[in-house]
Amino acid sequence: MSTTYQESPSRVLMKGNEAFAESAIRGGCRYYFGYPITPQNEIPEYMSRELPKNGGHFIQAESEISAINMAYGAGAAGGRVFISSSSPGIALMQEGMSFACCAEVPMVILTVCRCGPGIGGIQPGQADYFQATRGGGNGDYKIPVFAPSSIQEGSDLVFEAMELADKWRNPIIIFTDGLLGQMMEPVTLPEHIDVASSKDIRKSKAWALTGYGADDSSRNTITSLRLQPEVLEKHVHHLFDKYTEIEKTLTRAETIGIEDCDVVLVAYGIVARITKEAIEMLARDGIKAGLIRPISLWPFPHSVFDKISNKAKAVISTELSMGQMIEDVRLAVANRLPVRLLSRTGGMIPTSLEIAERTKKILATM
Amino acid sequence: MFFAGFGGQGIMLAGQMVAQAAILEGKATTFFPSYGPEMRGGTANCTVIVSDKPISSPLIHEADCVMAMNAPSMLKFEPALKSGGLLLLNESLIHQEPKRGDITVCKIAANDLALGLGNARAANMIMLGAFVRASGIISEKTMTQVISDTFGKKKPELAELNLKAFQITA
Amino acid sequence: MLKPIFEYTKGMLRVETNFCPGCTHGISHRLITETLDEMGKLGEAIGCGPIGCAVMAHKFMNVDMCECAHGRAPAVASGVKRVHPDNLVFTYQGDGDLASIGTAEIIHAAARGECFSTFFVNNAIYGMTGGQMAPTTLPGQRSTTSQTGRDTGKSGFPIRVCELLSTLDGAVYVERVALNSPAGVAKAKKAVRRAFDVQEKKLGFSFVEFVSACPTNWGLSPVAAVDFIKEKMLPYYPPGVFKSPQ
Repeated sequence: MSTTYQESPSRVLMKGNEAFAESAIRGGCRYYFGYPITPQNEIPEYMSRELPKNGGHFIQAESEISAINMAYGAGAAGGRVFISSSSPGIALMQEGMSFACCAEVPMVILTVCRCGPGIGGIQPGQADYFQATRGGGNGDYKIPVFAPSSIQEGSDLVFEAMELADKWRNPIIIFTDGLLGQMMEPVTLPEHIDVASSKDIRKSKAWALTGYGADDSSRNTITSLRLQPEVLEKHVHHLFDKYTEIEKTLTRAETIGIEDCDVVLVAYGIVARITKEAIEMLARDGIKAGLIRPISLWPFPHSVFDKISNKAKAVISTELSMGQMIEDVRLAVANRLPVRLLSRTGGMIPTSLEIAERTKKILATM
Repeated sequence: MFFAGFGGQGIMLAGQMVAQAAILEGKATTFFPSYGPEMRGGTANCTVIVSDKPISSPLIHEADCVMAMNAPSMLKFEPALKSGGLLLLNESLIHQEPKRGDITVCKIAANDLALGLGNARAANMIMLGAFVRASGIISEKTMTQVISDTFGKKKPELAELNLKAFQITA
Repeated sequence: MLKPIFEYTKGMLRVETNFCPGCTHGISHRLITETLDEMGKLGEAIGCGPIGCAVMAHKFMNVDMCECAHGRAPAVASGVKRVHPDNLVFTYQGDGDLASIGTAEIIHAAARGECFSTFFVNNAIYGMTGGQMAPTTLPGQRSTTSQTGRDTGKSGFPIRVCELLSTLDGAVYVERVALNSPAGVAKAKKAVRRAFDVQEKKLGFSFVEFVSACPTNWGLSPVAAVDFIKEKMLPYYPPGVFKSPQ
């Protein structure tokens, strides 16, 4: 279904998927490669229509495997690339992500998470937390993962990620879910940035494959192959020096009232919004609940957990999965407080009332 | 509020138009459609929230208003109404009575009225008109503008038909 | 004053290759880069290499080059070509890479009529991993995973890639050449030039298959390997122009 999108500088009603696609274009994306999969089909549809109008290129790939390798080619050639998929499709892309990390090819990957395992279901889920933050590709690599909880935040993060991917020469993942992808809400879109023409790519990306022209001393190669162990180890150390810097600068979280509370709920993405409402309900019943909302899932905002009030009785990881983020929460809490899981999965989404009630039950056992 | 019916009855569009009207009135709004494997004929519903303050969850567990375009939709969403809530039902396709006594019921023979206008597809706008007047959540003036904006750009005659449908219960 | 009648092409870097004696990868590498050199296009070329024996192609070919995941070079080249539509983009792939793991990518690149050139090295065996059966291994041919000879009843039949791709409207130039004789090599060079010409004119997808030798994994001497191409390979993989633009 098409939206009632209007050409207006502020506050347009847009579907999440379409707002993310538009923000990618405004952030300079000129190359999109994708394969249809629910619940993100509005993105390839939007890109096929809008990218050519902006001087960009769209290919409907024969598979997600091809899509990410097209992205690898366009990224290696210095183009600004944005791709998207959903859970099983992302699984197919993970070899490509490992290659892109090793060869330092920038790209932005949006996942609109559905349910698994297997083909699972198409309703919203977060059971790909491990998939995004741990990765299924081979080898030592890391990808920054941002999880917006509104269409506005998602739109802003996609726009920023286009720049961050180039800056760090690394893929960036934007982690959303079927609810955020399919819902509509008002969004203020960013302004278009200027994009270098193909001829000018080497001026800003000296490493890119453009053809070296007259001087073969500036020949470039993009490769993840390093057969000598000492050379590969050095390269992996180089990557991890970069990841350490990323941890310093890209760790993000929102917190509400964690310095003075009875319990802390940890939730990200769409669940954080539902949790905020649950916290208001708990407050009406005299229970002080705080919120930690990780915005970056990797790097995970561990240090924020140090600020949790000593009188808090428990930290509750609230997620649409069977306990995936909870592993990071446990690492962050470091045995200081009991950590409990509040989970729905399979496409079931808790209401704010359910989160409030289950929080009360957990507190009653403390 | 929940808007529900068969796929193809224009439920999603009606919901989006309420959200669009909310933006014009400077309110916060969210629209969340059900989505499934079927394109036509399956059940379709959406959740629309209009609020004077920022919206946390785009999902609701109880509704101020339910618009039911067919019988399965009424059966599904009537229990989700708040006490004193508003149930708009499409009398053309719903032949049973609602069960609850603590809600306001507003019956509209939307399909029959739409056929009278010469276009069965206008039933959603007839229901939307009844919704605006019975709920007072959105002003008639704003919704009139949204209808003109939505249909008027490409096909002025479609805007005229839909405005007529919107006004029919006035 | 002596006039040079032959010079080492600028297209090949002055490094030792890792190829075995009698391997024809060196010939196909040189044919491609020498042609680009003669066209004055080395600086405008972007190569996409395979996984397999030619994984090090970027160390030997003096062009900007990208090493690709196994079988994905046609997808990578499709991406590169979108960013640089006026550069000469090519993929260089072996039979396992192109005709097994990357079958989807090559077929769809050809079907889209991608304006890049693919050079396909068919030596009927996996080289780098140690002589396993390839999608192009001949019926009865021994490999480390078909030790008594390829049994077509169990492991099916070899794929003739040129014939397959010729059925696609997007593939406009498809030729198979054989690197088993000076005449064959001369013909191969003409085919490489033709492929790049077709690409320059943006006519569609161009494809050259080199029927090649792998003496090490065939268990033959380099000379016997040349005979094997002629006697065994060419009857199954006949050279020729399968498709050519007017």
